[in-house]
Amino acid sequence: MTAPILAPTLAEPPDGILRRVSDHLYLNPPLLLGLLLVPPLLWIGIVYVGSLIALLIQSFYSVDEFSGMVKHEFTLATYAELLRPANIDIIVRSVLMAAAVTVAAALIAFPIAYYAARYATGAVKALYYVAVMMPLWSSYLVKIYAWKLILAKEGIITWLAGQTGLGPVLDFVLATPVIGGPSLSISFLGMFVVFVYVWLPYMILPVQAALERVPRSMIDASADLGAAPGPTFRHIVLPLAMPGIAAGSIFTFSLTLGDYIIPQIIGNSSFFIGQAVYAQQGTAGNIPLAAAFTVVPIVIMAAYLWGAKRLGAFDAI
Amino acid sequence: MPVAVRFTNVHRHFGAVRAVDGVTLDIAEGEFFAMLGPSGSGKTTCLRLIGGFEQPDQGGIEIFGRHAEGLPPYRRNVNTVFQDYALFPHMTVGENVAYGLMIRKLPRPERETRAREALALVKLNGFEGRYPRQLSGGQRQRVALARALVNEPRVLLLDEPLGALDLKLREEMQEELKSLQRKLGITFVFVTHDQGEALAMADRLAIFHSGRIVQIGAPVEVYERPRTRFVADFVGSANVLPPTYAGEAGAAAKWMSLRPEKIRATAPEQLAANDEASLIGTITNVHYQGALTRITVDGDGLTLRAAVPSDGRRFQTGQRIRLSWPASAMNSMDDDP
Repeated sequence: MTAPILAPTLAEPPDGILRRVSDHLYLNPPLLLGLLLVPPLLWIGIVYVGSLIALLIQSFYSVDEFSGMVKHEFTLATYAELLRPANIDIIVRSVLMAAAVTVAAALIAFPIAYYAARYATGAVKALYYVAVMMPLWSSYLVKIYAWKLILAKEGIITWLAGQTGLGPVLDFVLATPVIGGPSLSISFLGMFVVFVYVWLPYMILPVQAALERVPRSMIDASADLGAAPGPTFRHIVLPLAMPGIAAGSIFTFSLTLGDYIIPQIIGNSSFFIGQAVYAQQGTAGNIPLAAAFTVVPIVIMAAYLWGAKRLGAFDAI
Repeated sequence: MPVAVRFTNVHRHFGAVRAVDGVTLDIAEGEFFAMLGPSGSGKTTCLRLIGGFEQPDQGGIEIFGRHAEGLPPYRRNVNTVFQDYALFPHMTVGENVAYGLMIRKLPRPERETRAREALALVKLNGFEGRYPRQLSGGQRQRVALARALVNEPRVLLLDEPLGALDLKLREEMQEELKSLQRKLGITFVFVTHDQGEALAMADRLAIFHSGRIVQIGAPVEVYERPRTRFVADFVGSANVLPPTYAGEAGAAAKWMSLRPEKIRATAPEQLAANDEASLIGTITNVHYQGALTRITVDGDGLTLRAAVPSDGRRFQTGQRIRLSWPASAMNSMDDDP
């Protein structure tokens, strides 16, 4: 006589309802997947994409000049308004700032990320993570007001420049047209510094993640095949880090493009896209134009990603 | 024959770990040389010292008579096949192979011709346009080989080159590497922990143990005449007889090794020949392996393992049996340092 195959050899827990549910889910992977995916899909589909579409639709309405009410009829009038010289100025200014911030963040982030990925281990690496992330732990507004004080005419930078005899240099920089101003805290240069500061972690982390995936042996192999450190960097390290730089630049570029607090607190009175949106939907009550302004970063980011792909930034993924 | 690589009392320490602890070694030009040892024995560090990825803390390294200390990898005419192949994922197979030539600024047409030839050498004609991720493990290894050979190195270093391949492919590649080396006449230095691989491929091999070389010689020498207990045990499997055994037999009291395949198994009543030593014991374990049957026998206070050709005889645990072997099969050796 043979023993039944499923004879319990160990004491089994009682056949409770939870146990039957988990058995059922284990045996039906598609059901489990569905249960896990439906809530986030609802969130993304309705709350997220839905509101975005609502926004896009708004941009094709216009405001009645007399009553100031939104006319719910399809028109391109709002886009015509968007392309007026004053608004084009806002867009160009925002894009140039976002590009400058992105380039600077990439240049500063790369050595830090390289060090973290290649050399830091153990406690040093933990310290590195804390150091990179710590700025994200405190309030965004507090940080910006702190910078306002640092950059102000009575602030530490002006004081330091005076103490070290670099006062004339600072004055010379501030006298530069466009980027200068009465003080660092009321200039594009100061705004640029603060933007780079607040978005830097978003560049460091993806670049580091990309560099972590380049094994030591690949750099050894390049040296083995005759490449000095410079060519190894150009031909191997940089192309392999490119997806990380691209990911980081998406953050720094789009976050700068949409920000409205830093230009308001640090800048002079010239508007950036974020401020324009804020003003149009608030005080001006022109929701369609505000919506049209928000379409601008979306279009720019789409063009940016398309360009990055064309240049092969994602080839090494 | 000129010396390709010479180590003179080389040391490389990592903190308190003496990864390489006084290695002196000559590798002749055109030789297929194996560095064999367990992991952590210093063999890979020695290979990296030749490649230039590590620098010695003490001692001298010469490559074809030129001092190599302080020379970075990109100033040495030595190329490496890495254990993980280290192919560049963002380049095609053709670009990978031509990388060294591109760095040396050879004109593109020549680069492409030579890359094609190198790929043909490893039987990958027509693979130039593919990416490494589209290849199998065996094909990647061939690309790594072609990428190193295209630079016409004077010494080719191979770090566990066959470790990641399955058994069948490994045996195939062993023969191919061997015939490639004969054809090109380049000095091959390869690191492995697989003693079968080392015995099958190398002209000479060095056995590493705790950062030192314990024996250098041709495979036959090392296998037949292991110098220490460690070598006897690591290269193939060996019975190690304690010094008391030789002492009782009236010889010098030294450790002895005895290869399992030198031992005959017969019925206890059948006497051994004159020039044979023998022992009667009880079988404690039988391990059938197809061509061979490995049996373990306890007797006279010894445990001996014998590898007997499978000739239809049945062995059973508990069975009494006589093991006999030629006295000349016993090799006296030193204790481990």
